[in-house]
Amino acid sequence: MTLRMILGAAGIVALVMMSACGGGTKESAEVEKKADAPAAFTKVDPATAATITGKAAFAGKAPRAARIDMSAEPDCKGLHTAVPSSEEVVVNSNGTLANVFVWVKGGLEGKTFEPASGAATLDQKGCIYRPHVIGVRAGQTISIANSDPTTHNVHPMPKSNREWNQSQPPKGSNLDRNFPRPEVMIPVKCNVHPWMKSYIGVVDHPFFAVTGDQGTFEIKGLPPGDYVVEAWHEKYGAQEQKVTVAASASQAVEFSFKGE
Amino acid sequence: MHRFAVFVAFATFCLIVAGALVTSNEAGLAVPDWPLSYGSLTPPWVGNIRYEHGHRVVASAVGMLTICLAVWLRRREPRRWVRRLGYAALGSVVVQGILGGITVLFFLPAPVSVAHACLAQAFFCMTVTLALVTGRRWQQPAVKVADPGAPGLGQLAAWAMGAIYLQLILGAALRHKGFGIAPHLAGAAVAAGLVVWAMYRVIGRHSEEPVLMRSAGALGVLLALQLILGVGSYLAREATRDAPQPMPVMVYITVAHVAAGALTLASGLWLTLESRRRLAPASAGREKKVREQVVAA
Repeated sequence: MTLRMILGAAGIVALVMMSACGGGTKESAEVEKKADAPAAFTKVDPATAATITGKAAFAGKAPRAARIDMSAEPDCKGLHTAVPSSEEVVVNSNGTLANVFVWVKGGLEGKTFEPASGAATLDQKGCIYRPHVIGVRAGQTISIANSDPTTHNVHPMPKSNREWNQSQPPKGSNLDRNFPRPEVMIPVKCNVHPWMKSYIGVVDHPFFAVTGDQGTFEIKGLPPGDYVVEAWHEKYGAQEQKVTVAASASQAVEFSFKGE
Repeated sequence: MHRFAVFVAFATFCLIVAGALVTSNEAGLAVPDWPLSYGSLTPPWVGNIRYEHGHRVVASAVGMLTICLAVWLRRREPRRWVRRLGYAALGSVVVQGILGGITVLFFLPAPVSVAHACLAQAFFCMTVTLALVTGRRWQQPAVKVADPGAPGLGQLAAWAMGAIYLQLILGAALRHKGFGIAPHLAGAAVAAGLVVWAMYRVIGRHSEEPVLMRSAGALGVLLALQLILGVGSYLAREATRDAPQPMPVMVYITVAHVAAGALTLASGLWLTLESRRRLAPASAGREKKVREQVVAA
């Protein structure tokens, strides 16, 4: 009798939990509905459009890149001829820093821009996220591929957007997802392979860039005006600068990150 | 039945180790769904899925064993409180499974993950108690001896066990990023102080009681080991802080720290139960002595 009562109580708890799990879908639908609401888009005149260019310089001693030990996962290890390194800090040969997300943080208030037309892509290749850092528009589709012969799970951990965790079979079809709210940055992790980390910057305008193997960036098509530009790096944090760009002008900005 | 209860307690200890491996390897969300794993009972056996699904398999086995133990106790156990403890263990393992599911479905919320870790230790205590009290030795009548001093050893051992349990909660909160390390360090000092006090009391006043000496000895050895593993675990975590993944040295030492914590708690429980069974509190002893004097008069 007592045993039946215990099992009955456990069943009720399980039902309550299941109904609680269902609540999130409704909230998500409402957010997406808001994101789809029609808006008057700001048109930038190509004749007066301005550009911000620059680089993320690196000073000081670059930390030694940590080696990734894939020995516990032969399917991953076999995809590399050499031991891969962590991309947390990538200092280029010209003394600049890669994987810095640069975006216009202030100066565009009240303006809305046409949504992005295409999808951004994020691949899992060699059990590493490629690219390591990407920028997308709020609501823009991110097409996540798995090019590996092993199972991954894609787990973004946002604070303003809804968290999700989705498995992806070997060479399975792409996962198409989006984040409706701006958020810089959203860490992404594969919990199956804990070294796999990536970051997604979600902004509500098209003025962002990520530094590459030359450490440079270019943000084109800006309306002339005063802006706050932020450069974010996963280890060295964020820094910002005020920038004024005149019509049809190009303004250079340099961010400097310091190692130990 | 006693052997089976011992086996259930051992399986529960293995389950705690399996759970510690999940946390230390950051594998808690390697399987995004629950109760199935990747929609099946046999998910791909790769990467961290091995730890998370392995933990689920061991947990299911412990759940089955606990059902069997509860049924066995219901049929064969004459003591009502032991039967009830069996039901409580069964209820705990069900709740524990649900908490494990919530941690997965809600992306490891710290309070739920800490509750999952703490209920695991409480459930282990239940299985250890069942293993102990179903033994033949326990069921034979014990000759009670006086427990001079205040607080009594039974009370002192219970305090030490409570402090160890609190320390395990603080450790779980640290691992799941609910608290920093300061409360865990303070808890270690309190628990170590109470354990040393209880051991001092056993050695000073009950050295002729081999069972009490054995349980206090086990508690002391495990406490020393646990303190060493605690320092080792902290140093290993600091040394590998910048590593791109959980490194084996950190994983093994931290898992050993969790496992030794569970055994320290179990030995604290053993000392508490044995001292309560074998010792008469000082006041009761005095009353008995007075009664004997009255009878003699």
